[in-house]
Amino acid sequence: MQTEYLIEVDKFCASHNIEISFISSLEQNGLIEIITIQETGFIDSGQLQQLEKYIRFYYELDINLEGIETITHLLRRIDLMQDEIIMLKNRLRLYETE
Amino acid sequence: MNMNFLDYYKILGIDKTATPKDIKSAYRKLARKYHPDLNPNDKDAKRNFQQINEANEVLSDPEKRKKYDQYGKNWQHAEEFEKAKQYQQQSSNYQRPDYSGAQSEGDFSDFFESLFGGSAGARRSRQANYRGQDFNTELHLDLLDAFKTHKQTLTVNGKYIRITIPAGIENGQTIKIPGHGGHGVNGGPNGDLYITFSIPNHPDIKRLGNDLYTKVDLDLFKAVLGGEITIDTLKGKVKLKVKPETQNGSRIKLKGMGFPIYKNEGHFGDLYVTYFIKIPTNLTDKQKELFRELSRSEF
Repeated sequence: MQTEYLIEVDKFCASHNIEISFISSLEQNGLIEIITIQETGFIDSGQLQQLEKYIRFYYELDINLEGIETITHLLRRIDLMQDEIIMLKNRLRLYETE
Repeated sequence: MNMNFLDYYKILGIDKTATPKDIKSAYRKLARKYHPDLNPNDKDAKRNFQQINEANEVLSDPEKRKKYDQYGKNWQHAEEFEKAKQYQQQSSNYQRPDYSGAQSEGDFSDFFESLFGGSAGARRSRQANYRGQDFNTELHLDLLDAFKTHKQTLTVNGKYIRITIPAGIENGQTIKIPGHGGHGVNGGPNGDLYITFSIPNHPDIKRLGNDLYTKVDLDLFKAVLGGEITIDTLKGKVKLKVKPETQNGSRIKLKGMGFPIYKNEGHFGDLYVTYFIKIPTNLTDKQKELFRELSRSEF
């Protein structure tokens, strides 16, 4: 069984100097998932990297939530396309002459 | 140490009379274009971002901008300037946007470090505890290395890391080593290390996923009459029965003789062997006559 590490939303916001409302908005837009245990919100540590990326988009690059949603979607597509490129390059190597 | 002069105004696309608002606007515009979060695995974008970040670091701070304007092209005199003005002891309350996610120790140019004393001279306005920067590196393996699970020691930012590379890793595949990236900021967790594998083609054996492809020369007589040959595979030598009347370019499959399946121990792909029939050369007159005789036969 894999151990899950949960970070309390309040503590996360305090340590990152961000508003709790921002985290709630991300959840409402389906960008992150908040786990509620006994009325306290937690974030799975596996989401930390993505969440910090959203924070940088919002607070540092001045990108609004709609923009973050669009960018996230496009970045996922880039990821898939990069995987496809690697796969195609490897397939192409089969036909390359030494 | 390469300490070429960097024209921070040119990097941000502004002129020397630019106001703080112009600088901020130019920086934001370029940051949105080159931020590493928006340009995954793009080394050029990362380099550009580091330059615009550095340019902003200097030009958005009135003290640094003044020093840069005065000594920029003559950075060699910066130290004298330092002594004279004891710049480092001055404090600045200036606030600027801090693009923390992509900037870390060592991300500033030698030029910047010579003028302002390295990334320690950079300001951090938001005292958040961020996880450290992710590191990306490339590791070259040959096909035989990738065939077996093995350990390798890497040096990442001066630290030795011993990793286990599972058999079956693929060319272009990236694995994550958690916690071996940059140190977290203000007590945040460390970033991760991403290793992308580069596995060049083997001269005799090609790979597609878990399957391997090889070519084997077959003499004409064995192709016609059938027989037995021994071929080299990554698992060692293998004896093959050649069927009579084997055609040039025909392919056989050796099940389970391919590449190990990644993280699926004991399971392998297949090996495809393509026969290339070699026509005999330098035939004697007698041999040629025998072929002529054969050609007169009806098939």
